Amino acid sequence: MSSILEVRNVVKQYGDYTALNSVSLEVPQGSIYGLLGPNGAGKTSLIRIINQITMPDGGEVFLDGEKLSPHHVQHIGYMPEERGLYKTMKVGEQCLYLAQLKGMSHADAKKQLKYWFEKFEIETWWDKKIQELSKGMAQKVQFIVTVLHEPKLLILDEPFSGFDPVNANLIKDEIIELNKKGTSVIFSTHRMESVEEMCDYIALIHKSNKLIEGKLIDVKKSHRTNAYEVGILSNNVERLMYDLTQKFQLQQTDFKSLNDELKLEVQLNGSAPNELLNILTQNGQVTHFVEKIPSINDIFIQTVSQK
Amino acid sequence: MGILALIIKREFIAKVRNKSFIVMTFLSPLLIVGMSFLIGYLANMNAGEVKKIAIHDETGTFKKDFKNSKETTYTDLSALPFKAAKDTASKSYEGLIYIPKVANPKELATKVEYISDDSPSMEFIMEMEDVINHQLTQNNLKALGFDSVKIDSAQVKSDIHLSKFSGENSLKGLNEIKIGIGSAFGYLIMMFIIIYGNFVMRSVIEEKTNRIIEIIISSVKPYQLMMGKIIGNSLAGILQFAIWAIVGVVLLVGVSSFFGVQAGAASSVDPEMINAAKQELGGTIQMYLHEIWNLPIGTLITCFIIYFIGGYFLYSSLYAAIGAAVDSETDSQQFLLPIIMPLMLGVYVGFFTVMDDPHGTVATVFSMIPFTSPIVMLMRIPFGVPLWQIVLSIVLLFGTFFGVVWFASKIYRVGILMYGKKPTWKEMYKWLKY
Repeated sequence: MSSILEVRNVVKQYGDYTALNSVSLEVPQGSIYGLLGPNGAGKTSLIRIINQITMPDGGEVFLDGEKLSPHHVQHIGYMPEERGLYKTMKVGEQCLYLAQLKGMSHADAKKQLKYWFEKFEIETWWDKKIQELSKGMAQKVQFIVTVLHEPKLLILDEPFSGFDPVNANLIKDEIIELNKKGTSVIFSTHRMESVEEMCDYIALIHKSNKLIEGKLIDVKKSHRTNAYEVGILSNNVERLMYDLTQKFQLQQTDFKSLNDELKLEVQLNGSAPNELLNILTQNGQVTHFVEKIPSINDIFIQTVSQK
Repeated sequence: MGILALIIKREFIAKVRNKSFIVMTFLSPLLIVGMSFLIGYLANMNAGEVKKIAIHDETGTFKKDFKNSKETTYTDLSALPFKAAKDTASKSYEGLIYIPKVANPKELATKVEYISDDSPSMEFIMEMEDVINHQLTQNNLKALGFDSVKIDSAQVKSDIHLSKFSGENSLKGLNEIKIGIGSAFGYLIMMFIIIYGNFVMRSVIEEKTNRIIEIIISSVKPYQLMMGKIIGNSLAGILQFAIWAIVGVVLLVGVSSFFGVQAGAASSVDPEMINAAKQELGGTIQMYLHEIWNLPIGTLITCFIIYFIGGYFLYSSLYAAIGAAVDSETDSQQFLLPIIMPLMLGVYVGFFTVMDDPHGTVATVFSMIPFTSPIVMLMRIPFGVPLWQIVLSIVLLFGTFFGVVWFASKIYRVGILMYGKKPTWKEMYKWLKY
């Protein structure tokens, strides 16, 4: 699969401070790519380089196979974390202006705007000033401005901050729809649940270095611990425990359930899950049997605190 | 439409649509006219008050020389003893002129006192001194045996008639007019740089606090945005100028034609007297107007536009850099001082040295330095400046302008993305190298 964006050994320094230390990334065409990292890791620096807001001190960036150059701004839609609009400018004029800055013609911009305004049912806002709108309403306008010129690559920095759940969902659906139509999306966020839900690929940046990159599933696989969560109603707990400790490492755990059962976390140590299941079924009623999949949150915290 | 043109258009429209711009454009000429009327009125009102001054003249020879006028009336209290006169004066008079009895005129000249709780105006002191001087000089002359009446009649007051080689009559007040016009243009440029520079700065800060800046510069180069802002705002300024200039020219032409053509037209009441008065007044005003039209108006206006653009661009790019470096207008103060200083210097140095000697070294040098030349050179132009000096000064101005824009855009580029800290000069210097 070809990649929409390729970042090769990019270095960025501010004075003595290194914000990006030879970072390389590959964002596959048509993917939703999660760019993760704690505050100050270098995410924003990287995003600004992709948007050509700042220039890298070393390395190269390729968009759709071409070396990044000024005309590429019209293929990128960028919604920064700190966002805003001209408060005293009318919504319609403002959208037209920003679209034209992205290289759209006046007529095209108007046509596209009409489509989006109808879609979001905000036609009546055209002549309103931003300062007359609520923050959530302004965010909708902001989103339209970002996607209006039909970019190949959407870069969204904390896209859901500032949205109420209803609007956040609306925006999420729009992003997924755009993605289905072929738009590649880069997400930079702290909200791990939206990463789990939406991203196919992730990269983790920490202290100016890229630590992890890959398909979400592959990353999870590589971090799997081969542990299972088990719930069992047993009449002979001693016997059960004896059988289990012969083969596996056990740990008391807790999860939500309706029964008052014995809750264990079992480390398989290379055995097949069926071996565990056999022992369990011989000793009681199994109510819960689930592989413990590491969440992105766990991987994030684990990786970041290791380094 | 090009990106730069788009930005210019937006900045221009945003500025021109602003209510304060519209109000300022139409209100400030009214305000200026209103102010001058108010000042005239206040000055007249002041003149209406009569100052009461008491005189205690022990010699008895001076009091008759203090003649009552519209502004002052003199009352002779010489009959009272000095102490009583002083008490009376302190109660019901503005002040007391005390002339002691001293035989030696030289000594007497230094012994005269004016006693008052209010400090008198320079004008009034000079008036008193004139009276004393005149009387004492007369006395001296008399003592030396000269006939004071003959001397008076022998005194001549000259009135030099000014004309040009072409035979035209000139006016004496012309230099004042030239200074007035030059300074007016100089002041205008300074005011515009400060006002419009501030507009540019505010517009930069606005984009920064609105947080729209990052969206904009993900589409355009910071340099384009900065130049678009500067040009857009300057166009709004030029529009404002144009409106004022048109109003001004209409007024000037109107006044010229009123005195030139209308003065002869008869008016119903006592036509001859009014005509005579009008013609005399009209004649003087006509001559002044004639002189104004005779100034190098073409050069003046061309240079005004060139220097306005050069000076404005030079300073407003600095304003833009400052706007980018700070988070709010209140933080900008410490950086603004070094900008306003050369402007003030230009106006004051220009005003005093040009008035003194329009082509002296100081005036010439300051009309070359790019940071003061827009002001000082314009003050000199009504007096006639060699072309090479104007050209050199403009070349220097625009050369510096490009250097400063480069420097400012570097700071601008980094500054617009910096939030939450108040930069120092040292930090801004570091930004140049990013």
